[in-house]
Amino acid sequence: MRHGKFRFLAGALTLPLALYGLLVLWPYLQAFYLAFTDWTGVTSEVNLIGIDNFTRMWSDPLFLAALRHNGLMLLVVPLAVIVVALGLAAGTRNTRVYRVVYFFPQLLSVAIIAVLWQFVYTPNSGLLNGLLSGLHLDSWRRSWLAEPDLALWCVMAVLVWSAIGFYVVLFAAAMESVPADIMEAAAIDGAGELTVFRRITLPLIWDSVQVAWIYLGILALDGFALVQIMTVGPGGPDNGTEVMGLTLYRSAFTYGKFGYASAMGVAIFFLSLTLAVLMLRFTRRERVELA
Amino acid sequence: MNPTRRGLLLGTAAAAATTALGACATSGSDADSAGKGAVTAENPLGVPADANLEVVIFKGGYGDAYAVDAGSKYKAKFPKATVDHKGIQGVGEVLQPRFVADSPPDVVDNSGAGRLDLATLVTAGKIKDLTELLDAPSLDDPSKKVRDTLMPGVIEDGSFDGKPLVLNYSSVVWGVWYSKSLFAKHGWTFPKTWDEMLTLNDEIKKAGLHAWTWQGKYPEYLNDPLVSLAAKAGGFELVKAIDNLEPGAWKSPAMTAAAEAIYQLAVRGHIMPGSEGLSHTEAQNAWCKGQVAFIPCGSWLEGEQQAVTPAGFDMVMAPVPSLTSADKLADGAVMATSSESFLVPAKAKNAQGGLEFLRILFSKQVARGFAESAKSLPVVAGATDGLTLSSGLGSVAQAVAGAGANVFSYKFRTWYAPLSKAVDDATGELATKRINPAQWAERVQKAADAVAADSSIAKHKR
Repeated sequence: MRHGKFRFLAGALTLPLALYGLLVLWPYLQAFYLAFTDWTGVTSEVNLIGIDNFTRMWSDPLFLAALRHNGLMLLVVPLAVIVVALGLAAGTRNTRVYRVVYFFPQLLSVAIIAVLWQFVYTPNSGLLNGLLSGLHLDSWRRSWLAEPDLALWCVMAVLVWSAIGFYVVLFAAAMESVPADIMEAAAIDGAGELTVFRRITLPLIWDSVQVAWIYLGILALDGFALVQIMTVGPGGPDNGTEVMGLTLYRSAFTYGKFGYASAMGVAIFFLSLTLAVLMLRFTRRERVELA
Repeated sequence: MNPTRRGLLLGTAAAAATTALGACATSGSDADSAGKGAVTAENPLGVPADANLEVVIFKGGYGDAYAVDAGSKYKAKFPKATVDHKGIQGVGEVLQPRFVADSPPDVVDNSGAGRLDLATLVTAGKIKDLTELLDAPSLDDPSKKVRDTLMPGVIEDGSFDGKPLVLNYSSVVWGVWYSKSLFAKHGWTFPKTWDEMLTLNDEIKKAGLHAWTWQGKYPEYLNDPLVSLAAKAGGFELVKAIDNLEPGAWKSPAMTAAAEAIYQLAVRGHIMPGSEGLSHTEAQNAWCKGQVAFIPCGSWLEGEQQAVTPAGFDMVMAPVPSLTSADKLADGAVMATSSESFLVPAKAKNAQGGLEFLRILFSKQVARGFAESAKSLPVVAGATDGLTLSSGLGSVAQAVAGAGANVFSYKFRTWYAPLSKAVDDATGELATKRINPAQWAERVQKAADAVAADSSIAKHKR
């Protein structure tokens, strides 16, 4: 029956593989090709210009600012989300209600989240400034999204807020699979809660944390939708919240430089890929086998 | 600068729906007899009577009723043709692939936040020269050419290096808005010079109001009064020098003085705190609620604020005051241009039909309907004669009449999008006092020099 199995598998996989090739691989290949051209986006005429687009990118102040900002987000967002999500998952271990509440932001589309938070940050009638006034902290009131030093942090806060719920649920599910007898044994041996978490729970759910790290890293390389909807300019004030996705979008659709935008796309592709490989390398640990 | 950005905010659901519809609707025409039909007095452009017409219109703040009207008039004239009208929002997304494939529609209103970059289309040779249309007899009066029925400056607005490629439909005028009733209540009069403006602002402050607000999320709104002040002081030569990317133009005395004038609003505390973080709706609503005396905006403001303007508010647009009493342009000069860019693609299947559609669209009858439904001034001269205009639109018409020949407009925004962004960023910083006028001029000049030196950006001259 082996033959039949192979034929069945081949038959079942042909369509998905063809679709994957057509809808995923082919556009990627096209983008790679376009990155070496001066395509404007409206002609069928395309000229190869070598690596011009790539050299231009490294002297483009906007792209460099975007790179810096995504770099900062890469440092802050995954760490913040994982730490908070682990804490919440461990702290509300047996209460399903909280988990549902944490998951709420995940149900909203990014556009809605951005609009909601934009209202929260609005200077005169916004919730945040209103709250500060209510606490008699009037001197803390700010034009949150309109100050270059603050705006990116405000965007990152929203990014963290919107991502946490999913990872709480992910980590909580992983924690449930940790056998209760190991926990009991540790407790009998006199281990405190923190020790149990550090020596037992965390190693046993490390796979989930590792996956979280990679996904959050990719999330931190994006941020386009939030910045596009929430910030001044957008991308401002004074390019304070420029992210690579936005630079790419603007190059293509505002400046009519699709070739240049494709080069950015290629750069982001390789950045994400490198990131995933590095994260897997550096977070590799002994795998704990549960007997 | 872009009056149609509101299209972006009109509801993504609606946008998605219309885009999908637009994409699904029949594209292209089957009964296609390309080229020209017989030229007669009735049909001066030689439209083949049985060729179908496909029209794609940006449906934003102005709606698309006027274009539907023109379409039905076209259909009445050529009963054998079908008119396929699509009112959509993401014009660029829908049409980009069709321009690439050289199968565009016959008429396009390339407007709104998602429009195709005009400069790119022009450089790629994707747009038909409209000279034939401009020289055709107008629909209202066959003894007059179409070009003689348009307001001054409209053809130039749509010309690239002397070739008329685009015709804009709506006349847009920029100025400073205030409420007539509020001013009457306090006994204030709109100032003639910037010094008077600053004095009046002190008085407004004493009355417990904020003098100015602006649509901080989009710094270009405050740029408009800034470059207007500069043009008034420096005259047409300055406007040309800026657009032609002449070295040092942004550091010229008139330009830096204009930056200083706007800076003074911030320095003297005449701007409502927090304005730099407000969206255009938030700022405009604060103004409509009477918390603020002045807001800079284009002539579309009245239409945009229709739903929230209280009765008896009587909004009025005044030309930006003179910078000094020794300005080069006469008092009352206004920045005006036109928007809603209509074009006929070079590869349109029924190009003659597209031109004929525009001939109908730019007739007095259709333009009048536009003034009534869109509450905006069409570029067809005399189209609003005899109509009773609302407070805002009336003040706009009055400003245009008062300016006479002193109408100016900058081109750098359409020609050089990266420079336009640099100016916006710098002005946003200026209005929050994070940079001073000298730094402002330095930054913008640097951006202009970078555009001038960039060989990948096509240059234009005026």
